[in-house]
Amino acid sequence: MTYLDHAATTPVLPEVLAAMTEQLGRVGNPSSLHASGRAARRVAEQSRERLAEALGARPSEVLFTGGGTESDNLAVKGLFWARRDADSRRRRIVVSPAEHHAVIDSVEWLAKHDGADITWLPVEPTGRITPDALRAALGDGSDVALVSVMWANNEIGTVSDLPALAAVAHEVGVPLHTDAVQAVGQVPVDFGASGVDALTMTGHKLGGPMGAGVLLLRRDAECVPLLHGGGQERDVRSGTLDVAAIVGLQVAATTAVRTRVPRAARLAALRDRLVAGVMAQVPDVQLNGPPLDDVVAGGPGRLPGNAHLSFAGAEGDALLMLLDARGVECSTGSACSAGVARPSHVLLAVGADTDRARSSLRFTLGSPSTDADVDAVLDVIAPVVERARRAGLGRR
Amino acid sequence: MRLLAAMSGGVDSAVAAALAVEAGHDVTGVHLALSPDRQVLRSGARGCCSVEDAHDARRVADELGIPFYVWDLAERFTEDVVDDFVAEYAAGRTPNPCLRCNEKIKFAAVLDRALALGFDAVVTGHHARLADGALRRSVDAAKDQSYVLAVLTADQLAGAVFPLGSMTKETVRALAAERGLAVATKADSHDICFIPDGDTRGFLARRLGAQPGPVVDAATGATVGEHSGAYGFTVGQRRGLGVAVGDSRPRYVLGIEPVSRTVTIGPAELAGVGEVRTAPPTWTGPVPELPLTARVQLRAHGTAVPCEVTAGDGGGLRLVLGTEQRGVAPGQSAVLYAPDAERGDLVLGQGTVLGTA
Repeated sequence: MTYLDHAATTPVLPEVLAAMTEQLGRVGNPSSLHASGRAARRVAEQSRERLAEALGARPSEVLFTGGGTESDNLAVKGLFWARRDADSRRRRIVVSPAEHHAVIDSVEWLAKHDGADITWLPVEPTGRITPDALRAALGDGSDVALVSVMWANNEIGTVSDLPALAAVAHEVGVPLHTDAVQAVGQVPVDFGASGVDALTMTGHKLGGPMGAGVLLLRRDAECVPLLHGGGQERDVRSGTLDVAAIVGLQVAATTAVRTRVPRAARLAALRDRLVAGVMAQVPDVQLNGPPLDDVVAGGPGRLPGNAHLSFAGAEGDALLMLLDARGVECSTGSACSAGVARPSHVLLAVGADTDRARSSLRFTLGSPSTDADVDAVLDVIAPVVERARRAGLGRR
Repeated sequence: MRLLAAMSGGVDSAVAAALAVEAGHDVTGVHLALSPDRQVLRSGARGCCSVEDAHDARRVADELGIPFYVWDLAERFTEDVVDDFVAEYAAGRTPNPCLRCNEKIKFAAVLDRALALGFDAVVTGHHARLADGALRRSVDAAKDQSYVLAVLTADQLAGAVFPLGSMTKETVRALAAERGLAVATKADSHDICFIPDGDTRGFLARRLGAQPGPVVDAATGATVGEHSGAYGFTVGQRRGLGVAVGDSRPRYVLGIEPVSRTVTIGPAELAGVGEVRTAPPTWTGPVPELPLTARVQLRAHGTAVPCEVTAGDGGGLRLVLGTEQRGVAPGQSAVLYAPDAERGDLVLGQGTVLGTA
């Protein structure tokens, strides 16, 4: 089997499994005062410190959550409520239309239920948000509650210059949240140096467990909690700490950050070979997102393991099914609860038409990926595309 | 064979897929998303396109260990089935949307796509027997669906597999329970999946608006009432006419004239039909020699009666019925069967009813 869907999830690293298993065998609530509680707390707090160090944050800025979706919801809603409560004129949220649904749907929920106004940022054809576009959208910032722009796009792999965007937001005193779920471990991410006020990350995109996430939240950022209870995590996220998940996330994230440079170079080379090989066999294939060698702020402008391709005249669903039947696992992008594929909002945001959006496939490589995985795709892609094109786009 | 199992989320298509897997075929499951409203969640009466049904279908596929996908056919379904349904009623006819769906969606759009993608055939949970190209009634007379499959041509049938035709619904449920499939006790689906509350008249009223017109008694020629839309009536209908006539004898809808929106009603002796004219027919196999003696079924849950089939006007058929029938509505299919007690009545073909005498 050829697994090329690492943007969806990644295999758990052996050292993560070992650390979690060890912790699962122990009793102890980190909030308890006795010896078992203290031992659990020690593990959780060590994890917090190591994560903070790896991500350029202070330990007190690390809030453990139940995953990326929760972190996005907490940041968007919590910052909005806190900023609006402090000044009722701040009701505007400035956000990219290419965000993950965890951000978009949170923003739209606030607009529908809580009086928020949405300003959608213009997106470059590459998927990038530029500092100038943000500056224009902010105005004097007096009516803005927050900005949310993802660090790296989960579909087309575009990396934006978050330090520059945060600086623009701060010119007018507005806090900025970034969803860095796909960025951590793939591109350099230094929370403190970037200046961003809140940053979402998750464990299972980099070899950790599902259901474990982090919101990095600057110490001076006010954030209203979604979950009320025991007052854990600076009173911003109540709930008994899941120590096994936390230690698993920490081991995964610190490993990913430590090994990032050689891995990124290896994955970029594999990805480039994959794209070149597909282009050689299917000459009219289109690459979505930034060029493979794109650069932003001196670093990679595109996630090293991301290849997002459109095959005109073929339906993404059909391509996926035919590849799946041949042992190659990839993705078409977002799906709704009934599993009906809708044209990707990200591709539409970067100006693709519906047909191009519907005819796309995302291959995402990860640390276990090898030349053999690339070969497996190149062995089958031409006949698969030909067959899917024969089946057409499912319309008359 | 490489088979594509169309899985609605109901027990029939689940068992059909399971039997295909057990027969050693390479099976892939697909759920057809037909409703343009994706978030429909229903309680009670069940349609074919809710999120819940997609989930049930996926659960079965996962238990069977087969790949599963959702195909979005909402656009084509809306065009070919729902809009056609509304247009037919607007024209004073009584369509059969299940038949239309089999003709245009399941064994056209889906089958074509399946063949293009490298499948050999589509397997469904229809209750009908199909062997060597011969389409026959199910052994379960109460569940038999051969009527709504009669529109399929030999080419379409060549790409179809119906594993359930030789078993009763009871057996299907037992097989589902034996296999631990959660849908074993799921309620049967509603006849019209896109009208989940069963209120066809209300659905048409929302689509077509109020179109008042007269109700005329054929016995006297007198206008005996007014209706809010002729689309709310079907030829042969007896209940819900909403009029009072002088005598206490039951009245039946005899005809619907869409331009003047006149609904004509009359007593039983005027409601009988001895002859039926159809549009050009479709045949499930070789075109038979006419004239022909056969049995004809004139609506989905009707009984077949003997008839003489001859060539009619404009390539259609003229059917002379052995016994007079009530409720022969234009727009329904006249499905012709060759009786066969042993192997099951053979479906010869069908023609859409144009008129009666």
